[in-house]
Amino acid sequence: MTDATANQPETQSTATAVPEQMAWDSRARRMVTIYVPLACFVIILLFPFYWMTITSFKPNAELYDYKRYNPFLIDSPTLDHIYKLLFETAYPRWLMTTMGVAVCATFLSLLSSVLAAYAIQRLRFKGSQYVGLGIYLAYLVPPSILFIPLATTVYQLGLFDTPFALILTYPTFLVPFCTWLLIGYFKSIPYELEECALIDGATRLQILRRITLPLAVPGLISAGIFSFTLSWNEFIYSLAFIQSGEKKTVPVAILTELVSGDVYQWGALMAGSLLGSLPVAIFYSFFVDYYVSSLTGAVKE
Amino acid sequence: MTAVTLTDWTRTRPQPTWLGRLFDNKAFLIFLCLLPAGGLLTVFLTYPLGLGVWLAFTDTKIGRTGQWIGWENFEYLLEDPLFWKAVFYSVFYTAVATFGKFALGLWLALLLNNHLPMKSLLRAIILLPWIVPTVLSAIAFWWIYDPQFSIISYLAVDVLGVRTTYFDFLGSTWPARWSLIAANIWRGIPFVAISLLAGLQTISPSLYEAALLDGSTAWQRFRYITFPLLLPILAIVMTFSIIFTFTDFQLVYAITRGGPVNSTHLMATLAFQRGIAGGELGEGAAIAVAMIPFLVFATLFSYFALARRKWQQGEAND
Repeated sequence: MTDATANQPETQSTATAVPEQMAWDSRARRMVTIYVPLACFVIILLFPFYWMTITSFKPNAELYDYKRYNPFLIDSPTLDHIYKLLFETAYPRWLMTTMGVAVCATFLSLLSSVLAAYAIQRLRFKGSQYVGLGIYLAYLVPPSILFIPLATTVYQLGLFDTPFALILTYPTFLVPFCTWLLIGYFKSIPYELEECALIDGATRLQILRRITLPLAVPGLISAGIFSFTLSWNEFIYSLAFIQSGEKKTVPVAILTELVSGDVYQWGALMAGSLLGSLPVAIFYSFFVDYYVSSLTGAVKE
Repeated sequence: MTAVTLTDWTRTRPQPTWLGRLFDNKAFLIFLCLLPAGGLLTVFLTYPLGLGVWLAFTDTKIGRTGQWIGWENFEYLLEDPLFWKAVFYSVFYTAVATFGKFALGLWLALLLNNHLPMKSLLRAIILLPWIVPTVLSAIAFWWIYDPQFSIISYLAVDVLGVRTTYFDFLGSTWPARWSLIAANIWRGIPFVAISLLAGLQTISPSLYEAALLDGSTAWQRFRYITFPLLLPILAIVMTFSIIFTFTDFQLVYAITRGGPVNSTHLMATLAFQRGIAGGELGEGAAIAVAMIPFLVFATLFSYFALARRKWQQGEAND
């Protein structure tokens, strides 16, 4: 009895001690340690986009006069820069080229990665882990050390200055990534499902088409949107392999065609950057979760 | 009756054609499945990689097949102060930018690991710099770093009054170098933060509860729980980050093109300038090949970090 009464306050004190220890998590402290730094991060990470957007809608008079106009706001928004971009340059052409190249390269890499990942993860042959390792190593080869010999290869194959030069070379960095991602996805699909289908007399290709692929659709979407974004953003190959102005992709064209002379048309440059970023940004906003899962999935593997 | 249905059943079973049988042959199927990926990677990755090493030992120029000249390209580069400048800046750029990215990215990941309202929206916003084409955000930075109309200078001089002259971001050596590093860190933070956040979420909360009951401080919880458990994923993310920072091209090419006075050349931009723009394919290839030892070093780093993971899981005490 005395023990019990002696214990009673003690347990109570520990019960109150826990919230007391959690007191570091008070509102004010939480504000300072979490929300303020987080707000700074968000502002800094988003500021260049805000600046890009605001610059592309400012008339030139406002753009270069910070004394009279507040640089963070637009006094009289204008579509001049965008109009100039769309109707006086080959910008729509560049957009179409970029889109076409990105879609074709994505399709090609998805097709080859699905087959390769299926062979490595599901057909399980001797040395399949070495093929997997080889593909992982291929991912570690950056485009910067490949572009010079690739330029000569592309030239030898007669693809120089054609969109095919890009469609065929982008898979060099897309296929390793997609294959790696899809191997992870295929791993998560129970092998028993395939065994059942095999017993029921399905052929390997039927299994791939009717069982494995439908179950791997989230992985396919992740790999697809990721490839699309990477192809859209690609710069160095496109800079090295394409020469004629109208065949360039958006990132290269903005830098090489819109930057002329010593006076930069910042309004048009920013408008071009904004329009070039929008397709990926819109695409991204629809599939955020897939992006995050493919990013983290690729890292975890 | 049963016999009839049995024969019916056997009759409706489709006879596999020779094509069907061929597609069911495992060896053939493996070959067929690996063909597209293997073909593409061989023609456009393995072959150029070998060709690049070969080109580095020749004096190939654009439009002229080269002769084997042995180590001449490398000997020339060893004497070239510009090359050493590029090597120095590549290493410096990689070291400082990686440190900055991981310090800030880890901080951001730890912040995001708290209970927050609208967490998924926040995560989506934070990844944005990483999604947008690098060149396009680099052009935005170029405009932010403009000598006359830089918004940062405007803030510092006209609003806050902490300086009397405008910043000269890209006009001289060291400011230009730091400006590029800042832009690289800005672009790299989201990737690091989101990957590390994924790692943080795999750490069991019960560990923190146990540590909290033992009276640990916040720093101790970070030092003895978060950090060791995060180490494997940290090592992988860092390897990727180091490789792609070291071979960075777009940012420097877009903002400074190696200037002022070639002080911000990375090895990749120097290779481009010499190889494609200057037409000296052999010399450009030699610069690219000189990057390989650094990349191998980074990959080995990843390999040993992964090996470390094994003993960490095996031994509970250490």
